[in-house]
Order: sequence, then C-alpha cells, then structure tokens
Amino acid sequence: MENPPLKSLYQQLILEHYRKPKNKADLPDRTVEVRMTNPVCGDEIVLQLKIEGDEIRTARFAGQGCSISQASVSMMTTLLEGRKLADADGIATRFTQMMHGDESAGGDRTLGDLRALQGVSKFPVRIKCALLGFDALLEALKQSGHTPVVRDEGDEEETTP
Amino acid sequence: MSLGATAPSRATLATPVFDPAVLRRDFPILDQEVNSRDLVYLDNAATTQKPASVLTALESYYRRDNANVHRGIHELSRRATVAYEDARARVGRFVGATDPAEVIFTRGTTESINLMAWSWGLDVLREGDEILLTEMEHHSNVVPWQLVAQRTGATLRWLEIDDQGLLELDALPKLLGQRTRLVSLTHVSNVLGTVNPVADIVHTVREHSDALVLIDGAQAVPHLPVDVRSLGCDAYAFSGHKMCGPTGIGVLWARRALLDSMPPFQGGGEMIRVVEREGSTWADLPHKFEAGTPNIAGAIGLSAAVDYLERVGMAAIARHEHELLTYALDHLAEVPGFRGLGPDQVELRSGVISFALGDAHPHDISTILDSEGIAVRAGHHCAQLVMRHLGLPATTRASFYFYNTTDDVDRMVTALHVVKGIFG
Ligand SMILES: Cc1ncc(COP(=O)(O)O)c(C=O)c1O
Repeated sequence: MENPPLKSLYQQLILEHYRKPKNKADLPDRTVEVRMTNPVCGDEIVLQLKIEGDEIRTARFAGQGCSISQASVSMMTTLLEGRKLADADGIATRFTQMMHGDESAGGDRTLGDLRALQGVSKFPVRIKCALLGFDALLEALKQSGHTPVVRDEGDEEETTP
Repeated sequence: MSLGATAPSRATLATPVFDPAVLRRDFPILDQEVNSRDLVYLDNAATTQKPASVLTALESYYRRDNANVHRGIHELSRRATVAYEDARARVGRFVGATDPAEVIFTRGTTESINLMAWSWGLDVLREGDEILLTEMEHHSNVVPWQLVAQRTGATLRWLEIDDQGLLELDALPKLLGQRTRLVSLTHVSNVLGTVNPVADIVHTVREHSDALVLIDGAQAVPHLPVDVRSLGCDAYAFSGHKMCGPTGIGVLWARRALLDSMPPFQGGGEMIRVVEREGSTWADLPHKFEAGTPNIAGAIGLSAAVDYLERVGMAAIARHEHELLTYALDHLAEVPGFRGLGPDQVELRSGVISFALGDAHPHDISTILDSEGIAVRAGHHCAQLVMRHLGLPATTRASFYFYNTTDDVDRMVTALHVVKGIFG
C-alpha cells in the first residue's frame, strides 16, 4: 500500500479486531442494553453491560458493519471491565477528542488499542463509524443513572454539570 | 443543399462516432484530481455530472432572461415564460409526451410520486383498497404510499424479487384484483440494475384489474430510450439531476384525464384561476399542479440536458453502457472474492453493479476506492427492502454513464485489488 493516510487508517490491530472481535457475545445477566445504528450505511451495534453500583462488571456486544465501527467497539469493550462509570465516560471523551484531531490523545495509554484508530481522524466521513460504539456506551451510562459529562463538538474542555 | 454548406444545426453537431473519451471533455468536473488521482466518477445512479451546455444554459438564463413566469407583462417575463414553457414541451417530447399539459414540473422523482400519493391517493383510496408495490422499490416509492395508506385505510401488497433480482412476475396476476387501485413500480432498479418489462406488466395489470400504473423512471430515462405512450402506463416520474440536468427539477407525466380528475397537490400562486373567500377555482393543466414560483432555471437546464442527450443519442448511450457493463463484469470476476448481484443476463440490466467483496465491508471498500480517486456508493441505496431480500446490510455500487470508459473500469479493478491487499 503506497497511500500513507490509507496505511495509517487500516492498521493491523484494527483488522485483527475486525476479524476476531473481542467480547462479541451475549450477556444474559446484563443490566442495560443499547442498540445504535447508522442509518446512512446500516452499521449496527448492540452493547450490553452489566453494571453494579458505579462500576462496569462486564461488557459484551453484537453488531455488524465496517471494520472501523466493529474494531472500535471491540477495542472499547476491552477497556470497560472493572471501570467506574465516570472513567468509562472519560475514555469516551478522550476518544472523541482524538477523533476530532487532538493528537495528544493518540499517546494516551488509557485509550489502549483504541489509539490505533487515530488515523480515522483524517477521514472525516468515517469518524461517525468509529464513534458508534461510544454513542451506545454514553446512552447505556445515561440509562444506568450516570450523569454524562457535557461536551460540545470541538470543545476540548469538559465540565460536569 | 449539401450538408456541409448548412450552418451547424443540432443534428450536424452530433458526435459522428460515439466516443466517451471525447464526450467526457464536455464535462468540466470530470477533469480534476481527487486524492492526487484523476477522478473516476462511478456514482451516476446517485447523480450525474453536467455538461458545459447545461451550465451555460443556467448561467445565460440568470444573466439575461431572469424574471418570474406567467406574471409580468414586461419583456423579461415574456422571455422567461417562453423558455420555461418551451422546456416543458421539449422535456415532454424527450419521453414521448406529446401534450405539454400532461408534463408537470416537480422537484424530482420523489416529489412526483408524492404528488400522486397526496393528490390522487388521499382523494381516491378507501379502506380495503390495495396498492401493489414491488420489493425492489426505492424508498421514495414506498414511504409516500405507507403514509397515505395509514390515512386512508388502504393496504400495501408486494410483488417480490427472486435471487437474481428479477421480479417474480408469475405471481403478478394473483396479486391483482378488483381492490387493486394502483400498481407503482420502478422501471429500472437503482441497486441491481434490473430493467423491468414495464409494457408487459402494464398489459397484465390491465387484464386483471382497473388499477392505475405509476412508473418510477428515475433510473430509466437517463439511460435508455423511454416512450411513456408506448409503455401504456398512466403516470411516469423522473429526476433531472440523474440525466445531466440540474438538481431540484423533475417531471411527473400523467394522462390528462387522470390529472383532470385529481385535486391540486399544493395551493398558492400560479395554480389558481379565481380566489374568493369561500374558495377558489383552479388553473388549467399543467399549472394546477405547479403552485408558487417554479424552478424556472432548473427547467431550462433540464431542457438543455435533454438536447445534449439527444445529440449523443439514447440508443448509443444504452449500447455503450451495456458494453461497459459486460466489460466490467468480465474483469471484476477476476478479483478474488468478488460477488456481483443482480441478473446474470446482461440484456436485462442497465449499467449498475452492486457487489460484495470477500468480508470487506462496503464502507471500507468505498473509502479505499475514494483514496484512489474513485467515487462509488456504499450503503443500502435507499432500498432497504432489496437489502433485506439479499440478506446484506449494505453493498458497494458502481454505476456508469456514457462518459465512463473501460479505463475507469480498469482503475476500479486495480483499486479492488488494493482492497484485497488490506482485507485479504
Ligand atoms: C429508482 C429511484 N427512484 C427514486 C429516486 C429518487 O429520486 P430523487 O431523489 O431525485 O427524487 C431515485 C434516486 O435516488 C432512484 O434511484
């Protein structure tokens, strides 16, 4: 592949998560389930979480769609187990910042494998794909009684209401 | 008088031999680089590019003739009115409509179908009446009928497609009956390229019911010669932007008796005869269905597009697209994992190729092709019923027009090998 942006988009790690997703299974004892779809392309993610108190015990998903949406949600679930709801929210915020071009987020270890998705920020029409799983996560947190961090598009400051 | 001695008329300007490489020079937009590669535009089923003659027609209308139509006594208004009404007659003739009163300008296919649904449908449909649609319809020929069915109590029935994407026509007679008030179907599928045998279908409908037949011609008029009279349908809809014309202009053609029987669609200026407090009376056709200031420039641009298409020749366009389709299907078959959808018989298709490629998702294919300068469409193509039938959430679609060449196909084939390189 001679095309550098394309090369940075389709990192090996992304393709691995796409081919062999982590945590793609049903979670019978879930406490919350959220379905998110992208009507433009038909991508779909169903996120299931088991939340106890303010902590995510288990995260599973089902879905179909492009490599970016499926790899992103797979990577995301690997970071959620044992996380406080506020920390999960923080990961979502940091990842969103990375998608919107914040280069420093690319070196942020709390993002784990998700850092491989940094190249997506160069493909504006694909950012929605990468964020689909996080849209599901934020909705699941909300339904579980967590008050989400307020964020504006492009606004890197976060404020808790 | 020898041909050579005449001033160049439209006929003598005709390209003597059909040559897409020459024709594409008429399209300024095609001459550009996208992502550092020469643009290959293969998203013509979504919208087509515009030749310079159409751009010039739009500009000279706004530079010289712009005025409101059917209103002023002044010279500019006269010119604009003549140009607008000439455009109606011109565009009508292009599809075999001899009576300009039967040619209603709309925003496009979607609005044409909505006009039928909200004017005819809401007025005529009753509880228990049936509307027959097909599984291959674009959402614009599904959703308006769902909305009107909800309000009237009519029910929708469906003619299904087989695994090649052909209509199950054997089932048609059984789906028709006294309760069938309308059969509405697409002439050409925007996903599979299937060209439906509309004249035969109309014949069957007439044999088994008194239903009206409405045809969605959005993907037909741009690509093959269409004559609404010989098809035998009652109404026919198409969009200007898919046939080298501007966006925001399209046509509903319908038989005069049908249009006369229908109440207006929208109310406002232009469509009335007399307005009184108690009520109003309607203008004659076609103005009864054109409330408000119409898209005058759009109609004039569409007329210029039709002039252009006729110079190229619709038969030549159809032939070229078939050749390109055959060439493409041959070469694409060599890409490992390529799976083309749609009818096997090329004669039953127009220049549309929807496909799957191994387990690469259409969205990823489309991004990779775009990075190689190639524009294709990925998604459900506003036809989720077809997608459900195919068992696919999305496909990648390449769609041709007469300015596409075998080089364009070669570029796509090469880029699909890049996709294979990434996704294996
Ligand atoms: C078969 C078919 N019908 C209807 C439409 C809708 O056309 P428009 O968006 O121009 O109204 C399209 C175009 O997308 C189409 O392909």
